[in-house]
Amino acid sequence: MAHGNGTNGANGVNGKNGTGARNLVALQLGGGNDYLNTIVPYENGLYYDNRPAIAHDPERILKIDDGLGFRPDLEPIKRLWDEGKVAIIHGIGYPEPNRSHFRSMDIWHTALPEEIGTEGWLGRVIRELDPKSENVLTGVNFGRGLPRSMGVKGVPVASVGNLDTYGLYPHIQDEELRKYALESFAMMYGAKGKDAVMDFLGETGQNALKGADIIRTAPGKYSSTVEYAENPIAQDLKNAAKVMFADLGTRIFHTQYGSFDTHSGEIFKHDLLWQDTARAVGDFWDDVVEHGMADDTVIFMFTEFGRRVKDNGSGTDHGSGGAAFVIGDSVRGGHYGEYPSLEEKDLLEGDLHYNNDFRMTYSSILEQWLGLDAAPIVNGRFEQFPIFKN
Amino acid sequence: MDNDIALTAHLMRRAGFSATRDELERYTAQGYEATVEELLNPGDPQVMPEDIIRRLHSSLDEGPEGAAAKWLYRMITTRCPLEEKMPLFWHGLFATAYSKTNNSRSILNQFEMFRRMGLGSFKDLLAELSRDPAMIFWLDNNDNHDGAVNENYGRELLELFAMGVGNYTEQDVKEAARAFTGWTLGNVDYMRVKANKDSFSPFGRIAWHFQYDAADHDDGVKTFLGETGQFDGEDIVEIIARQPAAARFLCGRLFQFFAADEVDAEGERVIDEMTRSYFESGYEVRSVLRTLFNSAYFKSERARFARVKNPVELVVGAIRQAGDFRSPSLAIEQVASICFYMGQGIMRPPSVEGWHEGEEWIESGALIERVNFVSEELSNVDLPGVRRIIERVAASNGATMTPDELVERCLDMLGPVEVSEDTREVLTSYAGRLGNIDLGSREPGGREDRRVADLLGLIGSTREFQMA
Repeated sequence: MAHGNGTNGANGVNGKNGTGARNLVALQLGGGNDYLNTIVPYENGLYYDNRPAIAHDPERILKIDDGLGFRPDLEPIKRLWDEGKVAIIHGIGYPEPNRSHFRSMDIWHTALPEEIGTEGWLGRVIRELDPKSENVLTGVNFGRGLPRSMGVKGVPVASVGNLDTYGLYPHIQDEELRKYALESFAMMYGAKGKDAVMDFLGETGQNALKGADIIRTAPGKYSSTVEYAENPIAQDLKNAAKVMFADLGTRIFHTQYGSFDTHSGEIFKHDLLWQDTARAVGDFWDDVVEHGMADDTVIFMFTEFGRRVKDNGSGTDHGSGGAAFVIGDSVRGGHYGEYPSLEEKDLLEGDLHYNNDFRMTYSSILEQWLGLDAAPIVNGRFEQFPIFKN
Repeated sequence: MDNDIALTAHLMRRAGFSATRDELERYTAQGYEATVEELLNPGDPQVMPEDIIRRLHSSLDEGPEGAAAKWLYRMITTRCPLEEKMPLFWHGLFATAYSKTNNSRSILNQFEMFRRMGLGSFKDLLAELSRDPAMIFWLDNNDNHDGAVNENYGRELLELFAMGVGNYTEQDVKEAARAFTGWTLGNVDYMRVKANKDSFSPFGRIAWHFQYDAADHDDGVKTFLGETGQFDGEDIVEIIARQPAAARFLCGRLFQFFAADEVDAEGERVIDEMTRSYFESGYEVRSVLRTLFNSAYFKSERARFARVKNPVELVVGAIRQAGDFRSPSLAIEQVASICFYMGQGIMRPPSVEGWHEGEEWIESGALIERVNFVSEELSNVDLPGVRRIIERVAASNGATMTPDELVERCLDMLGPVEVSEDTREVLTSYAGRLGNIDLGSREPGGREDRRVADLLGLIGSTREFQMA
């Protein structure tokens, strides 16, 4: 198995750390983030009319331009915005919005709005970057279970719940006993099987062990002045940083946070969610800069839909039309897409109208950043935004 | 006797969710064929009562994890395991997902229908499936109108549910769809609003109900699979049920779910026999399965451990053997998530094609989850089922056991599980790292018990344990 120094890749974007092995860090805000209360149109009277229970105080908005501003706890992202590193994609979505979390997330994951897809777009990216699966760590998810966006048959993806105990037998406390169990597992799965199924199981088991052995070296190699918070998103991004800096050849990082499904108590819940998320992203970026990876790393932050324009008295129900963020030194910071109108006549059943297909943003990232042909990955050819500097 | 136990264990891995040694002995004492009959004719399942569950869980009706947990309690506690295994088979075949329906009560109702009708007539089941509200919404039959046909259900009925590609024409799809016009939902407008708003408040979601809208039904003449008439949906499923292709399709799917991932020449002959039972019994699934379970093929050595356990079988089997979740626990929803992490989220099949089974269950992330879950369950000396296994291991022999003997006894109590010589050697060396074991002086949950439990956990990690 090949690993380290990013030897896999395509279209001239190969290389090792600091020399252009480009990473993508996908951060999923699960549950449907409330766009209106994230990028706030603080000069628009309709905003206050529709949000009597949960409007932000305009005095506290972190103003950017065009009457728009970040919610107060987005300070760490505002800082990156001021440095020109943040692209905001306004009004992102897809035709005929679906307000089911599961279906909508499926659509984002498979890049197929009209039918049920079986391959995840990031899984396809991993297959493109490492067609022979030479590195079982080309794609790593921080969290348990395989996100549908990374699932493609035959493409290995490591799903790391806890980096320190990742792998087999995390429940065995006694180190000696765990070592013994792992050695036994290696011997059992390494033996010749009686048939093809046993051999396949053996090979898969050995791959799992190998991946775990390699990835568990990451914490030992890591040192940083950045102090992350203790919450799950901060820890997941810290783990992503450890794996990235350990130079294991990982190109696609994925994690998620939530739930942003703020039907009730939105003021309190949304505040906490964004305090955690914004600080984690800011800290992660500082860490990336400290380790000389800022030119090689891009964060893509997305959610399955925005929320209803009118609040329901304490929160918001499912809507459509949201915002996504692309962050990095290579990013041409600024606004993309249009902030959707809040006028009653322009709404779609009470929701914001999307004005750009999410596959435009996917295509921009794939072609401009990862140097891949986007069409087979996103199921079609889409116009791109000039999100990247070159 | 030991071979009888092994045969019963094989049957229970397939027709149930594995079984404890005590259960296996009871079944074996009454004989193989009597056990098959007991499975095929479920009585009182004595599942965990809903009022007991609700004392801990205020609602398990909303969202796929909660609804899955509700079903998991039944699988874990039932005394009629095939009655719960059938819905798992039908859920894989008639795969309906939460992602689009957004209504777990309707899918739970569908599972209840599978439980009620899953061993009966295939024709009746297809008719009821065509009236099933979750299915109607899932495959857009509520958008299938007289003069504006939506083919989705008609097509999948023929392609994925009952016949298979190559056994019908595009014209048959259209004609079937026409026959199902007017088979719709009674409360669709209200439910669409509810689904769009996706609000549980204030009363949670209600389920859809079926409605036959005669005014929207195309009652013209149709030609379907070579027959011509003024067909309604009932006629369509009747015609399908008597097709040899449908018999072959259903029996093949049942064979792959219950007997072996791969169908060899001898397997084809078993499917022939199953097909005969299908017609002789008037399309009865129970008769088809009776033929399968009593076939020489199914009972032979070659059929043993010939299927990769699907995640639900693996997880529920380990829980039943370990005696976990005998009373309600909030951790059950985590178990539902774990099945999803392993690739089989209940109510979350990847598409209408259901799950890809067999070897496709095995990928490195899923394998890590499988091994970790089973080894943690089986090595937990606090669980009553694990204690019971250790008791039985201890009682079976004199006070002191060699590592060889210990491995043999543990393999026997967990299955019996058949392992390769290489696997047995590793298990023996693991069991022997602290020398012989004296279980005569054991204290429940003490040092000796933990040694045995650690070995049980490692047996649960073997390649062989991944197979049913």
